[in-house]
Amino acid sequence: MNADNRRLDWILGGAIAALLILPWYKIRGGFFSFGWIGDLFTKSDLWPATVQVAIGRWQLWPVLALILGALWLRHARPSGADRGRWLVWLGAAGLVWLIAEGLAIGTRGWNWGLLESMFGEVAGQPAFGAGAVILAVAFTCLISFGAAERGALKGDAFILTSISMLILLVATFVFYPILSIFTGAFQDIDGAFTTEGVARNIVDPKIWSLSCLIGGPSCGVAWRTLFLALCTATATTGLGLAFALVATRTAFPFKKSLRLLTILPIITPPFVVGLSLIMLLGRTGTLTQVIEGATGLEFGRWIYGLPGIWLAQVLSFTPISFLVLIGVVEGISPSMEEASQTLRAGRWRTFRMVSLPLMAPGLANAFLIGFIESMADFGNPLVLGGSGGVLSTEIFFSVVGAQNDPSRAAVLAAILLCFTLSAFLAQRMWLSGKNFATVGGKGDGGMHAGLPRRLAWPVITIVTVWSIFTLVVYTMILFGGFVKLWGLDNSLTLEHYAHAFGITWGEDGLRWTGVAWNSFWTTMLIALIAAPLTAAVGLLTGWLIARQKFPGKAVFEFVLMMSFAIPGTVIGISYIMAFNLPPIQMTGTALILIMCFVFRNMPVGVRGSIAAMAQLDGSLDEASLTLGANSGRTLRRVILPLLRPAITAALVYSFVRAITSISAVIFLVSAKYNMATAYIVGLVENGQYGVAIAYSSVLIVVMIIVIGGFQMLVGERRLRRRSNPPAAKEATA
Amino acid sequence: MKFRTAAIAAGAALAVPAVAANAAELNMICSAEVAICEKLVGAFEASHSDISVNMVRLSSGEAYAKVRAEGRNPQTDLWWGGTGDPQLQAAAEGLTAEYKSEHLAELHDWAVEQAETSGYRTVGVYSGALGWGYNTDIFTKKGLKEPTCWSDLLDPALKGEIQIADPNSSGTAYTALATLVQLMGEDEAMDYLKKLGSNVAQYTKSGSAPVKAAARGEAGLGIVFMHDAIGQTVEGFPIKVVAPCEGTGYEVGSMSIIEGAQNPDEAKVFYDWALTTDAQNLMPEAGSYQVQSNKAAVASEHTPDFSKLKLIDYDFAKYGSAETRKALLARWDAEVGGRAAE
Repeated sequence: MNADNRRLDWILGGAIAALLILPWYKIRGGFFSFGWIGDLFTKSDLWPATVQVAIGRWQLWPVLALILGALWLRHARPSGADRGRWLVWLGAAGLVWLIAEGLAIGTRGWNWGLLESMFGEVAGQPAFGAGAVILAVAFTCLISFGAAERGALKGDAFILTSISMLILLVATFVFYPILSIFTGAFQDIDGAFTTEGVARNIVDPKIWSLSCLIGGPSCGVAWRTLFLALCTATATTGLGLAFALVATRTAFPFKKSLRLLTILPIITPPFVVGLSLIMLLGRTGTLTQVIEGATGLEFGRWIYGLPGIWLAQVLSFTPISFLVLIGVVEGISPSMEEASQTLRAGRWRTFRMVSLPLMAPGLANAFLIGFIESMADFGNPLVLGGSGGVLSTEIFFSVVGAQNDPSRAAVLAAILLCFTLSAFLAQRMWLSGKNFATVGGKGDGGMHAGLPRRLAWPVITIVTVWSIFTLVVYTMILFGGFVKLWGLDNSLTLEHYAHAFGITWGEDGLRWTGVAWNSFWTTMLIALIAAPLTAAVGLLTGWLIARQKFPGKAVFEFVLMMSFAIPGTVIGISYIMAFNLPPIQMTGTALILIMCFVFRNMPVGVRGSIAAMAQLDGSLDEASLTLGANSGRTLRRVILPLLRPAITAALVYSFVRAITSISAVIFLVSAKYNMATAYIVGLVENGQYGVAIAYSSVLIVVMIIVIGGFQMLVGERRLRRRSNPPAAKEATA
Repeated sequence: MKFRTAAIAAGAALAVPAVAANAAELNMICSAEVAICEKLVGAFEASHSDISVNMVRLSSGEAYAKVRAEGRNPQTDLWWGGTGDPQLQAAAEGLTAEYKSEHLAELHDWAVEQAETSGYRTVGVYSGALGWGYNTDIFTKKGLKEPTCWSDLLDPALKGEIQIADPNSSGTAYTALATLVQLMGEDEAMDYLKKLGSNVAQYTKSGSAPVKAAARGEAGLGIVFMHDAIGQTVEGFPIKVVAPCEGTGYEVGSMSIIEGAQNPDEAKVFYDWALTTDAQNLMPEAGSYQVQSNKAAVASEHTPDFSKLKLIDYDFAKYGSAETRKALLARWDAEVGGRAAE
């Protein structure tokens, strides 16, 4: 039996089992609670597809017929291009039918009046369940297996299946929700089509006004956001590069703690940096008072508005750019720099002409991420926003605020998308057609050149000053959790911690009496499930984009970046709009949170692995393939070990973001699955800063522990032996 | 497939008794302060051991957005608290269900009126009046006199000291806008707000943020609901609460059952319970300084006596309606704008 037949057997077996055993429709209590088995004989919605067909759900006949057709093909025809073409057609027809019948027939019959008048009444159906999901996967596999038999992409079924699965997932979890929100823009409350809202908002001077350039009061929110994002991206890229250089190429004494320090801001829940900046630099802030007392100047309220948001964003996003850049700076082959120095170029010239250009992909990625993060940032503008606000908060308030205008939200979201996507395009155009490979299979045993002196001093100074500032901000945060009432009653207390995380030992054993436990455990569970999924999907996608050629790749990459470019607020709303009704219904479950995190945070894993893979010479893959490994094995044994920094970054980032993100989550939390940040926002709104900060501090500590765990689990990438002596020395000392 | 069958069988054996023992569920959104929400849920679960409550706290705007987005397939059963306007709007759109509680007769007139306005799709649970809180430290230091009337707020000496929320985003600020319109007439109110604008340092997004800023000395005075200001005073901040001498408006915090809820019976049990004296007496304990809707409930000692306030006859039906709101906000945008004197 050849490989073509074997994998077909697997997938057809799974599909038939799903049709015969698994419930076709969604189960209200959740599939894995297994509570439904008790009701199996009484409730018809729990029955598998074959029984559903028998009791009159005619819309499932084509599904059965298509699977039977595939079975017949498997046994009657030999594997080859001819059968392959048929399989592709069968799979595609199956998917199309699933989508069509799922969208057309809702809980109460036909979703569109037109169909009802054409075909008459039909019984409503619940959302897709386990059976339907497995069938969708099976149809997708049929497409890719068929394509493999036809010889597409050299007949590599692994790559084909990965691609088609990713397309299916991205279409479901990125494209479909976005589509829902844009159709929402053209609907009024009862679903009728209207262009009134969009027409009114798209020309609004509050968005587009440029009057501040000619002395007017303020510019439109679109221009403010763009200006802010450019400033933030420039500052974070510069600072991130400075930190990366100091960490790898100087004799700076506190490198290890430097790394920890740069991790701190990303593991900080939103609002907290903003809050502590207010406590520090606000009108009555500690630092403001000290400076005003010493100089007699009056600073006033400068922190509220763009300067404050900028400062908070630079504090928050510098570490992300550091994480992106450190891998790139480390990965530059020392032999290039050595060659330059052998040719008698000075250190400065080497840095400027050799090292810096080789860092270009990293710098571009760091800039892009800083730009997009700033555009999508929600927590900091919410706290420090001043009167104007930025696009992401405007979107939020146009949905939840008193004006309640979904079409305004859609228009603002579209503007935001245009900005982020143009940044993405510009970055691609700049980098396309250049080669940055420096990690090759060739022996390569040099050491990185130190920084030229004229660069080293300013860079070290900047890093030191910034580190001290960060430290002060964090001391404020930690301290705030122990202070009774900030700024008023500075006596120390543990009551905030006791309130949030109290445990009592009662007669019926341990009781978690603290108010925070519930949301805390939910958050941990969801973050720990989401992180590895995000990393896996992100790295696989990155590998496909960087290493494989397939039709539609550019579009694929584009749609992926879109989910990152859309602010969480919009994602949250679009997820509720898309996944509250059949065919896919996930609101109120943990799954919607997990999926939201996976597809929202995946792009960072993708960018990271693309940047890292740009440095791995393609000859490594070719060598592995030539030696007889297939593409899956090459990915696992050659690429993945070399991508360890990227894997760590993806794991850390997705875990942390699952815990700290707020804007999307605030719509997706339910009474049963409440997340820590949503809870903290409530505390902040209520002015309970003490408990909010105590809770945040606990989250920070937990994240540090878990990040350490990830780092140990994945390990470090070892490129060359001689770069290790300093570490070895530290170990022995 | 053997494994799966075995797993299902094992799951069935484990799950059946678990289901039988399962308590009924109630999913509720709470739009008041977290402390009150938790207090109510805790007390309810203690007295109704057969119902377990899943509670999530969302601001009233977020809650409305969620209820509306989930409209055709609600995941929430009950919505307690928060400004009345979004609940009225939800009622007008048919997102909430009609229900007449047996306790309706025990309630204050304004709570019953709220129910009548909405066609019994919502009911008042508490009420609070609009006013402001000012930071006594800053006022003493700058030698400013106590602002007791709306007109005092136009004093040029207060330049850059006042905060109020943006009515586009905050229900509190919209109540203030509607109050001034009802107090002065629309043109005069817009004129007043324009003049006030030159004293306003920042139009915040959240309704209660101004007085929190004032409490921490970031601003001198915040125009908010009085119970929010009292909360800061009780916490120990140097905030003095003022009820404007010309008269003022108020909000009615409401409660609704969601139309098409999955647990309507449990929702009704909670609804009835939340209107009782016992339940409403819990609110002051949790640091809520509103007036409860049950006539027999005892308010906190800090709560301003409604009978001594000069309350306007707030027209909730008119100023809660979508058309009036849109027109007023459009006018506010054009004439006052969210532009502070920064």
